[in-house]
Amino acid sequence: MIRFKDVSKIYNHRSIALEDINLRIKSKEFVCLAGPSGAGKTTLLRLLIAEECPTKGEVWLGKLNINKLRSKHMPYLRRRIGMIFQDFKLLSNKNAYENIAFAMEVWGVDDKEIKKDVFQVLELVGLQDKADHFPYQLSGGEKQRIAIARALIHRPEIIIADEPTGNLDSVNTWEIINLLNKINELGTTVVLATHDRDVINNLKKRVIVIEKGKVVSDEEGGKYIN
Amino acid sequence: MRKEENILIKKMYKSLTRVIKSGWVNFYRNKWLSLTSVLIMVLTLLSINSLLFVNLVSNKILSELQNKIDISVYFKSDSSETDIFKVRDDLIALSEVKNVEYISKDQALENFKERHKDNPVLTESLDELGDNPLTASLNIKANTADNFETKAFESIAAFLEQDSYKLLVEKVNYNQNKEAINKLSLISQVAKRAGLILTIVLAVIASLVAFNTIRLTMYSWRDEITVMRLVGATNWYIRGPFLVEGILYGVFAALVAVIVLTILLLLFSSKISAIMPIDLSAYFKAHFLSILSIQFLIGVILGGFSSFFAIRRYLKV
Repeated sequence: MIRFKDVSKIYNHRSIALEDINLRIKSKEFVCLAGPSGAGKTTLLRLLIAEECPTKGEVWLGKLNINKLRSKHMPYLRRRIGMIFQDFKLLSNKNAYENIAFAMEVWGVDDKEIKKDVFQVLELVGLQDKADHFPYQLSGGEKQRIAIARALIHRPEIIIADEPTGNLDSVNTWEIINLLNKINELGTTVVLATHDRDVINNLKKRVIVIEKGKVVSDEEGGKYIN
Repeated sequence: MRKEENILIKKMYKSLTRVIKSGWVNFYRNKWLSLTSVLIMVLTLLSINSLLFVNLVSNKILSELQNKIDISVYFKSDSSETDIFKVRDDLIALSEVKNVEYISKDQALENFKERHKDNPVLTESLDELGDNPLTASLNIKANTADNFETKAFESIAAFLEQDSYKLLVEKVNYNQNKEAINKLSLISQVAKRAGLILTIVLAVIASLVAFNTIRLTMYSWRDEITVMRLVGATNWYIRGPFLVEGILYGVFAALVAVIVLTILLLLFSSKISAIMPIDLSAYFKAHFLSILSIQFLIGVILGGFSSFFAIRRYLKV
């Protein structure tokens, strides 16, 4: 489903962020992207959502060459992918309900349908009683659950999570990871980038380790020892 | 086909109402930010307004001055009224002439006495003379239109100095006043041009201040804009609410500016009328609708354009 073909990303002609990456991620897979900070995990994810273009090589999503996509069509790509970030990236002047609804409104969905779906997904992340809270009134874990709800709302094919637990304590971390697991079991591809050893080792999923812009290991049920 | 079109129109309508609603929600949820932007725009509008009023007043004063300038032609004391009226009719036929006023010998004497009534020596010597020494004259106002030029005066003076009038005309006073008229003409031209340049420069400065204020407001939303893009919003869906917000700044600023203007005029109009030959509040009343719509137009265009250009750079993710 996702394919990186000889992908390199070089910033300012000098600093190499990624070098000759070749990867295939199958549909409905749960993949952990491991490696120390600055190894190139985030760059890899940014290439996938076309926030950046590779210097060399191609990135494919299904039958779509992402790099050949015109900026006009970018929104349609991004609606196929749900994105979760370390810093949540919620809209600060919208409340929890509106934050999630926004991702549906951009599709032009009916208000009635939005209401039904938003409450459904709020129930899934266990925050139906916090719908009218603004981000500053929510805890870190709650914010991340709202962000996940937003990423899920338009039933994307892929969820990309970039260090989603980086700002959370261990209890909240496991709640988020379990949520991602549940989403994966319901049939969504999940790509989780993290440097948290405990998370990776306990998940027992496919682990791709990146160091200094190169894939150093890629194994099913792998461990991350570093 | 028709059904699909209907669905598309419905979707567009829904997006539009959502965009407007969300712009309004942004506006009132960020009260303080909105208030600052509105206030800066009020100041911009007021400074543009005061420039317009200064221009209005100075133009009015200049045209008053221009009205005071005329050419007088004095007739020989033996010229008959019929001849003088004939000259007057000839003058009126000229396109350069705005109007002509006839002053008879008796009228001239009366004016003279009135002007010098505090000077007993003059009046006494006049009485001693017995006969009226003054001559009949025509006061001619030139048609100088807006661009106050001396050409009209010159051609009128030349017309009066033609040979057929030689027997009637004693003197034309244009030649004596030529210097003064030329100077005034120059001053009024320079004043008009300087006023225009000053207005444009200050209006540009004021607009830039308003533009930068809105840019700073949008700058504070740059992260949000990135998030909206990543969630899959199209550029117009992101831009829309900000445009609505900018336009709302303009609308509110125009309202406040007009209210402030009304209060200022109520307070000061009579004082201004006392020292200058202009009734500002009457002018304001007569042109209220156009003043109001100019405020709205400037406000909406300034607000809308500012947010459009301010947000453009954050949409390139």
